[in-house]
Amino acid sequence: MTVAKPRPVVDHLSAPFWAGCRDDRLLLQTCTQCGTPRFPPGPQCPKCGGETAKWIAASGRARVYSWIVVRHPIPAEIYAGDVPYVVALVELEEGVRMPTNIVDCAPEAVAAGMPLEVCFRDGGDGIRLPQFRPVSSR
Amino acid sequence: MWNLRDKCAIAGIGYTKYSKSSGVTVLELATEACRNACDDAGIALDEVDGIISYNFGDSVPSMSVATALGLRNPQYVVEFASGGNAANLITLTATAVIDAGLARNVLCFRAMNGRSGFRLGGGRELAAHGVTQFTAPYGWITYPQAMAMWCRRHMIKYGTTKEQLGSIAITVREHALDNERAMVRKPLSMDDYMTARGIVDPFGLYDICLESDGACAALVTSAERAKDMRKPPVYIMGGAYGGGPNQGEDLFDAIRWPDLAENFTKYIADDLWRSAGVGPRDVDVAEIYDCFTYSIVMALEGLGFCKPGEGGAFAASGAIKRSGELPTNTHGGLLSEAYIHGFNHVIEAVEQLRGESGERQIPDAHIALTTAGAMTCGSAMVLRN
Repeated sequence: MTVAKPRPVVDHLSAPFWAGCRDDRLLLQTCTQCGTPRFPPGPQCPKCGGETAKWIAASGRARVYSWIVVRHPIPAEIYAGDVPYVVALVELEEGVRMPTNIVDCAPEAVAAGMPLEVCFRDGGDGIRLPQFRPVSSR
Repeated sequence: MWNLRDKCAIAGIGYTKYSKSSGVTVLELATEACRNACDDAGIALDEVDGIISYNFGDSVPSMSVATALGLRNPQYVVEFASGGNAANLITLTATAVIDAGLARNVLCFRAMNGRSGFRLGGGRELAAHGVTQFTAPYGWITYPQAMAMWCRRHMIKYGTTKEQLGSIAITVREHALDNERAMVRKPLSMDDYMTARGIVDPFGLYDICLESDGACAALVTSAERAKDMRKPPVYIMGGAYGGGPNQGEDLFDAIRWPDLAENFTKYIADDLWRSAGVGPRDVDVAEIYDCFTYSIVMALEGLGFCKPGEGGAFAASGAIKRSGELPTNTHGGLLSEAYIHGFNHVIEAVEQLRGESGERQIPDAHIALTTAGAMTCGSAMVLRN
């Protein structure tokens, strides 16, 4: 039996983010009052309390903040064919952190501070999932 | 800041056998541990009027235990939807409840079939709602995967090594060897540790705690009433619960947390020590929440037992051994005794302070620390005899 990977349940706050991904654009919710980007999206600016926001295209450039290499698949029926795979927290140029996968890169080659660029992969159900690859891998 | 120093005490403790398969319901486990805590204190069930517990939807409501025990006058009967961060929070809440007059004698418990029933390490729900929509689709699902991300950051920032983490796993295992309650009583060598199967780098098998069926309970009452009970009171000297800014949407979410190389302990340390009126140097025995080897590193640093970045070296120096300056997890912890979500640490601290720990007793133990939680929020207590 094939079990699907977890798919984002898009909600009112996150809809613009996922809509951007469908066009291969990485959008960040940004406070119109103080200009601070935030991720994950939220109902108001945690910095200044501003209640309005706009969605601004991020550069797509990031650096590795931390990473893990998953070797034991959980649940096995979903991830047995994927291990080892890399999950990372990356720091976008705009100053927010984002969980992602690092792709097109051997797990052993991942390093702290490594420069990355965004790429989009099929996440099922029409979702395009932003992932990151080493800048030099193109 | 919590301000009830020495006004309440743990008057009784109770627990069940810790196992991989209890063969009984969680309600039976909870009831057994609570009844044992009352027997230990020598208090009649009729006098218990409060029950507080915590769970992740994997246990029974406090109300059902009050009903099973036949409490005649239940007053403050509640539970927190919370993880290991609440193991000391519920005890501190009991002190506030007693001080406010909401109840007089309060049972605190955690009960779970954590191996044969719902396995917390098995991952969270796979429907990616809320913040999970930004984590689970990447295959970032389980707690070991969450904590490994924190651990890697400490390695990046401070150069903490696998061998240092290994020394923690080995030390805690050594302590379990003398604990008849411990689920794992087989010596662990550095070679065993280093060659163990990789689970999620940088964690191997022995960096990760056990999964257990079992229950623990403590009876909390006023210091005055505790003096008249059967066992010597263990006083609650100090306590704190909290964390820093940007704790996230749930326990898993550290996307916005300031620095993954430090956890909640850094943020509660001042309140904890000030509330207790003592400092880290006064602690005779420490029971530190060890869902992973690495969580001990952050607590040692956060609570001031060593400087930031030196937790790995401090542990590897032998300081956390029974013979060291800070005997830590004298029962074997979550790594080797059992995973009763941190409440088994409270049991061990009370037994150490009563001098009941047999071969693993720390001589002249007067002040004990317990911590609960590993990530962005958590609780801690300072206890004395």
